Amino acid sequence: MERKTNIHAEDGKQELMITREFDLPQELLFKAYEDPEIVEQWMGTRVLKLENKKHGAYQFETTDPKGNKHGFNGTIHEVVLNQKITRTFEMENSSFGVQLEFLEFEKLTDDTSKLNMHVIYRSVEVRDQLLKLPFTQGINMAHNRIQDILNKLK
Amino acid sequence: MLVASQSLTAGAIAANFDTARPTVSKHLQILTECELLEQEYNGREVYYHFNPKKMKEIAEFIEPFRKMWDDRFNKLETVMKKYKSKK
Repeated sequence: MERKTNIHAEDGKQELMITREFDLPQELLFKAYEDPEIVEQWMGTRVLKLENKKHGAYQFETTDPKGNKHGFNGTIHEVVLNQKITRTFEMENSSFGVQLEFLEFEKLTDDTSKLNMHVIYRSVEVRDQLLKLPFTQGINMAHNRIQDILNKLK
Repeated sequence: MLVASQSLTAGAIAANFDTARPTVSKHLQILTECELLEQEYNGREVYYHFNPKKMKEIAEFIEPFRKMWDDRFNKLETVMKKYKSKK
């Protein structure tokens, strides 16, 4: 299958670009970011607050398989209907701090669209740590699995 | 990439840099912890050699992050297609 989502992360830069083409009209793609019920469905998160307007804010909450709750929040800086959302994003209770996100919704054809998500981090180190986060989790999971197998052998 | 083609001791590696030996040792220690370098003991000497497998993993470390977004956006597309057909 072709790679639909692309991540462009240059070495030594504190930013990255996530791009994705959708088989959806521009308005529907934008709606997926606007409507709290829809956001809940595709993000797999509870939307406690979502005010898509200048000086607005949002607050999300996810529950992991162990039942722990994780909060995410940010401030909306700018919204241009069907075109643009500029906002901050922050994982609560983490050391990563806040990041700045520029979301651009681009019309390709009447039925297709593209999302460009430009993310800027406080430092190169923070960006790289965040990029490695799922990787580290994967490694830990592999380690746990090895540990489980070894425990059974005992 | 001194250790790309051969195993070297810490002393031999340090001789190639204008840096204090403890600094070089510290760097080697970090690279070893990251498994980018592997240590081999030969008597009292420790030889370092490059671990190309790990280097590939680092190039691929971005892949789980990409996959996470890809899954999320696939979901978005499915949800919105359903939403569209309901209208």
